[in-house]
Amino acid sequence: MAAAVVFLPLVAAIIVGFFGRAIGDRGSQLISCGALLLSAVLGLLLFRDILATEQAHIIPLANWIVAGGVEVSWSLRLDTLSGVMILVVTIVSSMVHVYSVGYMAEDPSIPRFMAYLSLFTFFMLALVTSNDFVQLFFGWEGVGLMSYLLIGFWYDRPSANAAAIKAFIVNRVGDFGFALGIFATFQIFGTLDFGAVFGAAPKVVGTTLDFLGWRADALTLACVLLFIGAIGKSAQIPLHTWLPDAMEGPTPVSALIHAATMVTAGVFMVCRLSPMFEYAPTALAVVGIIGGTTAVFAASIGMVQNDIKRVIAWSTCSQLGYMFAAAAVSAYAAAMFHLFTHAFFKGLLFLCSGSVIHALGGEQDMRRMGGLWRKIPWTYGTMWVGALSLSALPFFSGYFSKDTILAATWASGSAVGRYSYCLGTLAAFMTAFYISRVMFMTFHGEPRAGEEAMHHAHESPWVMRVPLLVLALGAAFAGYFAYEAFVGEPQAGFWKSAILVLPQHTALVEAEQIPLTLAYLPLFAGLLGIATAYVFYIVNPMIPVRLAAGYRALYQFLLNRWYVDELYDRLFVRPAMAIGDGLWKSGDGAVIDGLGPDGVASLTRDLARRASRLQSGYLYHYAFAMMIGLVAIVTWYLFPR
Amino acid sequence: MSHWPLLSLVTFVPLIGTAFILMTRGEATVVARNARFIALWTALVDLALSVVLWVQFDPNTSDFQFVEQADWVTIGGFHFAYHMGIDGISLFFVLLSTLLTLLSIVSAWEVIQFRVKEFMIAFLVLETLMVGIFCALDFVLFYVFFEGVLIPMFLIIGVWGGSNRIYSAFKFFLYTLLGSVLMLLAVLAVYFETGTTDITVALSHDFPPGLQRWLWLAFFASFAIKVPMWPVHTWLPDAHVEAPTAGSVILAGILLKLGGYGFVRFSLPMFPLASAYFTPLIFTLSAIAVIYTSLVALAQIDMKKLIAYSSIAHMGFVTMGTFAATNEAVQGALIQMISHGLVSGALFLCVGVLYDRLHTHEIARFGGLVQRMPAYAFVLMVFTLAAVGLPGTSGFVGEFLILLGTFKVSTLETTLAATALFLAPAYMLYLYRRVIFGTITRADLRNMLDLSLREKLVFAPLLALVVWIGVYPTSFLRPLQVSVDHLVQQVNAATAAAGVRHASLD
Repeated sequence: MAAAVVFLPLVAAIIVGFFGRAIGDRGSQLISCGALLLSAVLGLLLFRDILATEQAHIIPLANWIVAGGVEVSWSLRLDTLSGVMILVVTIVSSMVHVYSVGYMAEDPSIPRFMAYLSLFTFFMLALVTSNDFVQLFFGWEGVGLMSYLLIGFWYDRPSANAAAIKAFIVNRVGDFGFALGIFATFQIFGTLDFGAVFGAAPKVVGTTLDFLGWRADALTLACVLLFIGAIGKSAQIPLHTWLPDAMEGPTPVSALIHAATMVTAGVFMVCRLSPMFEYAPTALAVVGIIGGTTAVFAASIGMVQNDIKRVIAWSTCSQLGYMFAAAAVSAYAAAMFHLFTHAFFKGLLFLCSGSVIHALGGEQDMRRMGGLWRKIPWTYGTMWVGALSLSALPFFSGYFSKDTILAATWASGSAVGRYSYCLGTLAAFMTAFYISRVMFMTFHGEPRAGEEAMHHAHESPWVMRVPLLVLALGAAFAGYFAYEAFVGEPQAGFWKSAILVLPQHTALVEAEQIPLTLAYLPLFAGLLGIATAYVFYIVNPMIPVRLAAGYRALYQFLLNRWYVDELYDRLFVRPAMAIGDGLWKSGDGAVIDGLGPDGVASLTRDLARRASRLQSGYLYHYAFAMMIGLVAIVTWYLFPR
Repeated sequence: MSHWPLLSLVTFVPLIGTAFILMTRGEATVVARNARFIALWTALVDLALSVVLWVQFDPNTSDFQFVEQADWVTIGGFHFAYHMGIDGISLFFVLLSTLLTLLSIVSAWEVIQFRVKEFMIAFLVLETLMVGIFCALDFVLFYVFFEGVLIPMFLIIGVWGGSNRIYSAFKFFLYTLLGSVLMLLAVLAVYFETGTTDITVALSHDFPPGLQRWLWLAFFASFAIKVPMWPVHTWLPDAHVEAPTAGSVILAGILLKLGGYGFVRFSLPMFPLASAYFTPLIFTLSAIAVIYTSLVALAQIDMKKLIAYSSIAHMGFVTMGTFAATNEAVQGALIQMISHGLVSGALFLCVGVLYDRLHTHEIARFGGLVQRMPAYAFVLMVFTLAAVGLPGTSGFVGEFLILLGTFKVSTLETTLAATALFLAPAYMLYLYRRVIFGTITRADLRNMLDLSLREKLVFAPLLALVVWIGVYPTSFLRPLQVSVDHLVQQVNAATAAAGVRHASLD
């Protein structure tokens, strides 16, 4: 059954991808949606079975790379961690598939789109069910590839192509660290199998490894290197630049890949590798600093963006930061909990924004929206559910998970934990502010779209509304129902051996005992954020305008995303092109060829010309040369040596 | 069947085909057609024979198999034998040679209209020489094949090449010949040291450490140019740009492998101490090759040059893995060579598809091709990804094993080479974007035809193999395993006996 869950999307992708033209648009949609829905149902059944078993269940499929000391196989690892991910991936993916039927109805390449989505789902499932580092890497790269292809889905747009390449390469920079982490792990443990590595991790504590001439703690080094991969995939500072640009892709893609599943792979990896990270406190501190910083950094940018999708994209960056902050204080369960609820409410927010864009015929700029709520009430209602869940208002899913995280970071008592708590609370204010801003600017106030556009604005068809409703249910209630299992009392019985937390790491256990003021502070920050947005965009819309004019430098700084892209462009992209050109023309052309083959050739020609000039044909030239030669030889022999 | 001289058959069947082609007479069109079909059938038979080799190959021994031995030349005290045999290391190179020759012939089917007969003869002769190189177990025999390869290739570039073909052909010929001369001297020295030209004897001979270094350098001169390693790589981009498509396929697919094969076959087992001594040199040049040529590839405006430079970067991995001399790295280097043979061959074929239609490989001339050529876009995407080393393609298995095996020896080298993880997609995807994506702006691109059936038939086996090696490399790693184990043990024993720690950059 597990194999069916994982491979159904692959089969669908192959059928639709290769025979899309033969089976037509409708056939492609039916096959891929059918396969995914079936996969989701089976995934649910599978999850029930997983909960009933104690140990991780490993299904071997085939040998993969067996060479020297390396033994890597294709296999499926089933435990609560992969079970939760299977659940999230198949549910959100099947909903996105269904939604795409409506959203992409006008697109000329429907089979290609459906095939990409299904193939992505396969890679994501291969990633979460991996039982060793290499299959993890396989899934990791596979989802990266599909992300690249889907961002660049509308290949005739130069901006989409640029964003696609950027996503792939920035991710690959992260994977550079990931790969080195895999090599270091192999060097330390002599195996890449999760079970064997996790079992041996306590025994290698304190051992060192030489890396670039620097003697490092082995586990810390491996974990930090692996985490670089997570930084890339989960769009954390400093490798976050690709995610906002990734919004060039169709909106269902943003919902599935850039909100609910792929970008959370980094969080999943850290949780999966908890038996390694637990013994590498320094690495966890790095995770916490990156996560906490990104949470507030991305939220600050999200406050001023005007593209509806980009606001939500920055929000995703920020929320992933929360998850890392949780993992950093050994509250992996809380990280996974937030991953779980975030998949619903962020997937929902993206799909709703897609519905708005669909209603307005492609408009994404919120400055040309407003007053839409009457036109698209379903979208309006469900989007508020998502927004409130993201703002962590009580009883919505996001409330349970985000508050657990912030409580745990404080309860950890560590400096990094406190750092995450403070920034996280600040980010909670910003989060509530920017998402309320989105709601107010889009749905409330005076319509700023043209008459024509407003007249044509229409509610989406049912095929798009049903996924919204399903995800809205998750965004509203998943947190409430899953709270006990994920992070409540019986959490050990839920996660079992899938997550390791050392007994001395008690952040999550003590999260409920932090002072009440601190526990409610994030909630007040959130409410304040919503209130501020209400004042700014409903009561007196002139305030933000005046603020932007008054603090022009700050506004521009945020609007231009802290100028990170410009910095990277100057530091890396342009120099790389210039150096490449220079090495080619001067390195290869002038130096190597000039001194090497071309130089030798012209030297030979030169020598030959000079030598031929010696053959002048005049007798006295030859006689003179002979004389000199004779004198030289005689001198040589006569002089005593 | 096992009593048949299989290796000789695989080696010399193409020459028989050549004889048939020479016998064709009549009108030019008839001769051309017959020459094509004879070459096709010969290459098919040869491929089938080499597959028999694979099937009958015993993966449980490191000894040479299918051995044939006969007296060849005896002049005075000199005695050369006709000695052939293959082990796990050479097996797949034979298969790669027969496969790529066949595909080259099919790919040139309609393209070559000028001197068809001679073209086909050149390819069949080339096939004999290439297979011979990988089967020869006698230095003189090996040298004859090794040098002989230059002649048909020189003609292929010089006669059927592009506008600047003469310069490129001579550059290619003289460059590689220069290195080979030094190898000839080394072969003589080996002969005087061991008293025979038998490779199997030389492989287990204990060369004195001082001599090892000189001989290693002489072999290095020849192989480094073939690979090619930085800074003796400049012949390659020129040769590729001017060579006809089929020539580029063989050049990238097989001729570049001669250097890597030579390192694994000769330098490592015969001169283990010198190899350890010179490893820092190899590592430095390999790291430069990976980074330098990747950056240069980024700046290219010609598709063929770009792929040529990417080849140099990929071969940098091979040299690095070979001299890391760990089990994983050497197996990785061999898989990487096979993979690169398939992938770069396929990429040059992809360029050829466009060249056949528009007679240019300037990147800026293209754009938006996916609209007219979806099948082509798919094929190019798969090979692009394989070149980038995406898991699930052959490119990943080789690079992964090389980096994994090298990490033990030098973390610095591994880190430097691993930059290819983001440098390779930078130039490959940038190329793909400029050629395939975007909108069609030029009128002549609107009439481009997608892949024909013949072209699809050429790409299909390459595609299948790239995925096969990527998903289930066991079929290929298994025959390598024992031979490489034996080789690595031999090297380790020699270095341990001499008390040399395997050198590293750290």
